[in-house]
Amino acid sequence: MAEQREFFYRRLHSFLGVVPIGIFLVQHLIVNHFAVYGEESFNQAAGFMGGLPFVLLLEIFVIYLPILFHAILGVYIVFTARNNVSRYGFFRNWMFKIQRITGIITLIFIVWHVFETRVQIGLGNAEANYSLMEGILTNPFMFWFYVIGVISTVFHFANGLWSFLVTWGITQSPKSQRISSYACIGVFFAVSYLGIRTLIKFAYGV
Amino acid sequence: MAEQSKVTFIITRQDGPDSAPYEETFEIPYRQNMNVISGLMEIRQNPVNVKGEKTTPVMWDMNCLEEVCGACSMVINGTARQSCAALVDQLEQPIRLEPMSTFPVVRDLIVDRERMFDALKQVKAWIPIDGTHDLGPGPRMPEKKRQWAYELSKCMTCGVCLEACPNVNDKSNFIGPAAISQARLFNAHPTGEMNASDRLNGLMEDGGIDGCGNSQNCVQVCPKGIPLTTSIAAMNRATNIQAFKNFFGSDSTL
Repeated sequence: MAEQREFFYRRLHSFLGVVPIGIFLVQHLIVNHFAVYGEESFNQAAGFMGGLPFVLLLEIFVIYLPILFHAILGVYIVFTARNNVSRYGFFRNWMFKIQRITGIITLIFIVWHVFETRVQIGLGNAEANYSLMEGILTNPFMFWFYVIGVISTVFHFANGLWSFLVTWGITQSPKSQRISSYACIGVFFAVSYLGIRTLIKFAYGV
Repeated sequence: MAEQSKVTFIITRQDGPDSAPYEETFEIPYRQNMNVISGLMEIRQNPVNVKGEKTTPVMWDMNCLEEVCGACSMVINGTARQSCAALVDQLEQPIRLEPMSTFPVVRDLIVDRERMFDALKQVKAWIPIDGTHDLGPGPRMPEKKRQWAYELSKCMTCGVCLEACPNVNDKSNFIGPAAISQARLFNAHPTGEMNASDRLNGLMEDGGIDGCGNSQNCVQVCPKGIPLTTSIAAMNRATNIQAFKNFFGSDSTL
């Protein structure tokens, strides 16, 4: 049997994108949404997450390693495509291209976001609380950087969920793929709302 | 369109596999019901370009002239399709002809589609029935299955799906949609089914089904209307199951 390593890596890439990373993303945005209910409830929720047992191990195996793998293989995937939307401007072909663009934007955003929050907290330069995020997001440039980052991340997740269903052979018929498209558009708007609502709260206090 | 007297072709030409491509414009008299191939035949009869210079006849590939063999595929006004089925009356002028960029050019509009046949070999897209003795008739195929399998069997290896696929290019080793659908066709066959795992393992080899990025251009451009993305999703399901069987073991193997 010839090499089947690529197949394994690509399936792992698809799986990791949804199972630890996608679930973490939704969970992260839900927990952050506590900010909307006030500083107190956000600090309480963030404190609970930060105080989970074995938090560093959880972070490494559920967040850092999967994202690292997904990002490295993802960048390779981006550079092996030759986008041709000018010749073949179909909806899915656009989604294919935007999936790759948002992948790169999301990577840049996540690197910056992790550096600004988790790394600084780890170094003892900051504390994981409401005022940290408020300090970052009251700067209008950072606010818009975060808006673009969050929308790009959520798009990448929602569209990735659609292709996850195809890659794992769940949605096979054109009809099921069309309905899952609508469902994933719904996921995009719902999760985007969670994220953007929280950003507005941090930036404008409303 | 009857008053139109001239048809203009702008053709991307290339003298040999290693020479540089260049464009040449031709103007030919319009005739009713022309297709791109009859235009090319007109140029071949009188290979003089628009500047009045005598040039070499433009080379292209063709065979059946009824959109069944897949030999005459080329990029016409930016879209890959069969030149025999491209009617001049329905095309915007000037008509731009280019060879399909996914494949190596042999000369002018002729490309070498050998990679598609290599892909069919990778997925073992045939049914092994040869033996030293008569093996007798195979199992019967249900009529319902025959009907959808027939749709898949319309594939003519024309290369249009590979040309439209953003993941089939010089930077990737993806075999493209056609061979994936053919693996499904032969796995659907009652005799072919006996070697289904060989084809699935072929699909899982490097450059196989995992190269699909779901841009779904293939199903949009396929001249035979083959449900290529359904085939890809079906083979995704089948290869995943095969991968689990390979790793964890299955009841049907030692």
